[in-house]
Amino acid sequence: MTTPSGWLLVAAVLLPFIGMMVGLVAGGRHAARVAALVIVAGLAIAFATARTVLDASQVYLLGGWAPPLGVALRADGLAAAMMVVVAAVIAGIGLYARRDFATPPGVTEARAPLAFWLLLLAVWGSLNLVFVSGDLFTLYVGLELLTFAGVPLVCLDGRGETLRAALRYLLFALLGSLLYLLGAVLIYGAYATLDIEMLAHLVQPGIVTWTVLALMTVGLLAKTALFPLHIWLPPAHAGAPAAASAVLSALVVKGSWFLVVRLWFDVMPAVVTFDAAQLLGGLGAAAIVFGSIVALRQKRLKLLVAYSTIAQIGYLFLMFPLAFDIATGAMLHGDALTGGLLQAASHATAKAGMFMAAGLIYAALGHDRIADLGGVARALPVTVLAFAVAGLALMGLVPSGAYLAKKLLLGAAASSEQWWWTAVLQGGAAFTAGYVVLVLTRALRSLPAPLQLATKVSRLSEFSALGLALLSLLLGVAAVVPAAGLPAGLISNPLAPKELLPTLLVVAGGFALAATLARRPLFGDGPWRRLMTAAGTGFENADALLRRWPTASLALIILAAAFGWLLHTGNPA
Amino acid sequence: MTLLFDAALVVVLLGLAAWVVLARNAFAAVAAFIAYGLLLTLAWLQLHGIDIALTEAAIGGGLTGALLIGAVIRLRTAPPAAPATSMTLALAAIAAATTTAVLAACVLALPDPAPTLAPLVADNIAVTGVENAITAVLLAFRSMDTLLEAIVLLFALVGAWSLGADSAWPGRPGFAQSAPPNGILAYLARILPPIGLVIGVYIFWTGADNPGGKFQGATILAAIWLLTMAAGLTDAPRVGSRWLRAALVAGPLGFIAVGVFGSYSAGAFLALPPEAAKPLILAIEIALMPTLTLILALLLPGPPQRTSS
Repeated sequence: MTTPSGWLLVAAVLLPFIGMMVGLVAGGRHAARVAALVIVAGLAIAFATARTVLDASQVYLLGGWAPPLGVALRADGLAAAMMVVVAAVIAGIGLYARRDFATPPGVTEARAPLAFWLLLLAVWGSLNLVFVSGDLFTLYVGLELLTFAGVPLVCLDGRGETLRAALRYLLFALLGSLLYLLGAVLIYGAYATLDIEMLAHLVQPGIVTWTVLALMTVGLLAKTALFPLHIWLPPAHAGAPAAASAVLSALVVKGSWFLVVRLWFDVMPAVVTFDAAQLLGGLGAAAIVFGSIVALRQKRLKLLVAYSTIAQIGYLFLMFPLAFDIATGAMLHGDALTGGLLQAASHATAKAGMFMAAGLIYAALGHDRIADLGGVARALPVTVLAFAVAGLALMGLVPSGAYLAKKLLLGAAASSEQWWWTAVLQGGAAFTAGYVVLVLTRALRSLPAPLQLATKVSRLSEFSALGLALLSLLLGVAAVVPAAGLPAGLISNPLAPKELLPTLLVVAGGFALAATLARRPLFGDGPWRRLMTAAGTGFENADALLRRWPTASLALIILAAAFGWLLHTGNPA
Repeated sequence: MTLLFDAALVVVLLGLAAWVVLARNAFAAVAAFIAYGLLLTLAWLQLHGIDIALTEAAIGGGLTGALLIGAVIRLRTAPPAAPATSMTLALAAIAAATTTAVLAACVLALPDPAPTLAPLVADNIAVTGVENAITAVLLAFRSMDTLLEAIVLLFALVGAWSLGADSAWPGRPGFAQSAPPNGILAYLARILPPIGLVIGVYIFWTGADNPGGKFQGATILAAIWLLTMAAGLTDAPRVGSRWLRAALVAGPLGFIAVGVFGSYSAGAFLALPPEAAKPLILAIEIALMPTLTLILALLLPGPPQRTSS
């Protein structure tokens, strides 16, 4: 049955799309104005949805037709939380981009600004659809919408290099969509419904569902760019204009990630096996190590941030093995899932802020070579502060959302006796600290003469980057809001020895990694550094190999086979 | 006899598919792909999926084929791709064989007879006022998907336009076309439009009760328009044209308007009050028709490339 506030879900999906169409007709400068209006209204809708979902999940039966004949939109806590995060990040990006994507004076309409504002709204509506759709085929349409809205953002500046990156992204993402569609077709053939709630009761382990889950998962991982399927991400996210990078890195990859969550937790929780969940978490752990090390080896800031996204995507998958309940043999909604969700929220806000800060540095200096960042902290204090705050938030310092997430996941690891994930969770932060330390030591270096900036950056852009970064750093405050329903006592005094020691260890580990792996020595040379540099070069070569088409395609098929096999062997039906 | 025909169809389809994958020359691969699309149309006819057959012929073989030919022409100057190593080929063959085997096992494992929603559709179709079950699914039971698919097409066009050069914005898409005024192309472009127009509108109109519908009809109209463009008789509109943009969004916005009307008159967004169901479905289709025709046709010339005609 449709719930009283269910119409909010329809509005959340359609309002950005209507705004996009009105913006297209109005054209020129009006597109940005329409986008601003839609952002204000969309924020209100997202918060209103979250408010109503606190009382009860919302449902809307489209056309009044109940599933399986019709399509239902549903918002649970998961969907509502993601809607709020996305709305907040879109608003931040919208403020940031007012300067970069203003229509230049003297013309009535320019290509890149018009496309940006339309695509920003397009991405937003598509994400909301992915969050609230209760039907596997409508979700496929949502994925398609998200892909077609996201890909052109990569090449807004029209350089040949970014066109190549966009095409690579498009092809790999479409491959992922097709795998998902294949799974949806098989599901319909087996159960004659695509409704998630009905499927949750119907789905039984068997060759069809093992294949379906393996195909859909791998297809979605390709779209999310989870290691080793990250072939398209570095050039696409590093080449796009900063505001577009923020949209792609903070938001678009979360759409396909969210669908993996839906599939594993809500559509086929009983098909999942311990081993398959371990593999998914293992890929996440590998992504953290691999992405962070390659990030440390980059010469350009935007590429560093792009590789850090690969590492951060890894974090989003650590919750899967921790949410697997051995007693019932199914995925459980619980602290681990909440932790994963917080991870996504804090990454979305921090990574958007970080890409924006990197974009401002690029614009101000006219380059983003990490080795030549000296003096930038004095020239652009707010921007560098935004980068630092975003970095601290990603590292999981108190009271960031990532800190809270880590606490929840550590608790889940302890209660499910999976100690190896404790090591990953604790060690991962040091890798994040590594590239944050690297950038900050370069940026804080002072020059004899003040920097000559290529352009003056916009105050509004600087503060919107800082705002999003601060949002991520303060997300942990959610723990004291009773409505969030989090366990008590998650946040403790950050200066207590029990809390301070791990933080210091993380920072020290970060310094050690940055000092030994960075391209140019931070504090001098030594045998250790030579050894680590050689290892770093090895990782870079491995990355170059993995980002070739034949290797990436092969990795995709091997992963699908591995998931299928682990679902099968763990589930003798 | 039918069995023999089916067997031959399957063999030729597989052969063409292999040709598409293995051909070294891009143009040969595209030609085989178009033939493959047409034969797939026959396969759907054999399976009594007439609506799917029409869509496959129009979109799968026709429009996609035209887009691919356009891509091949643009790629003429590009250096050929390096041939795959035998190692890659062997791995690809193993991967393809494994995938096929697993999918075949899945298809064989599906329940027989297949569970289906067809009886449920048949029980409820009377309320919608249309007789073609596929139209009922697309425009009543799952009309949200159709609305969203129309919006996907709009995204695709905006995406294609965004690839244009700044200097050509907001100009005309593609290159200026010209053909000898007395040549065969110009002749066909004068003869065929009336016929195509009638067929396109008929396929659209009959879709309510028989196989057919807006997508297939719009593709035919788009093809006719493209033919006159190729002959230099008409030109693509400027992407900045207000009229063009209004027509592009009229379909989805009209669809949403009908949906909002439903929430007042029938209690749910996209619901159709039984007494007015058929006129409303027709209204949606009529609103979508120009939008789909314009988008499908304009995807071919692509981004704006010139400021004047």
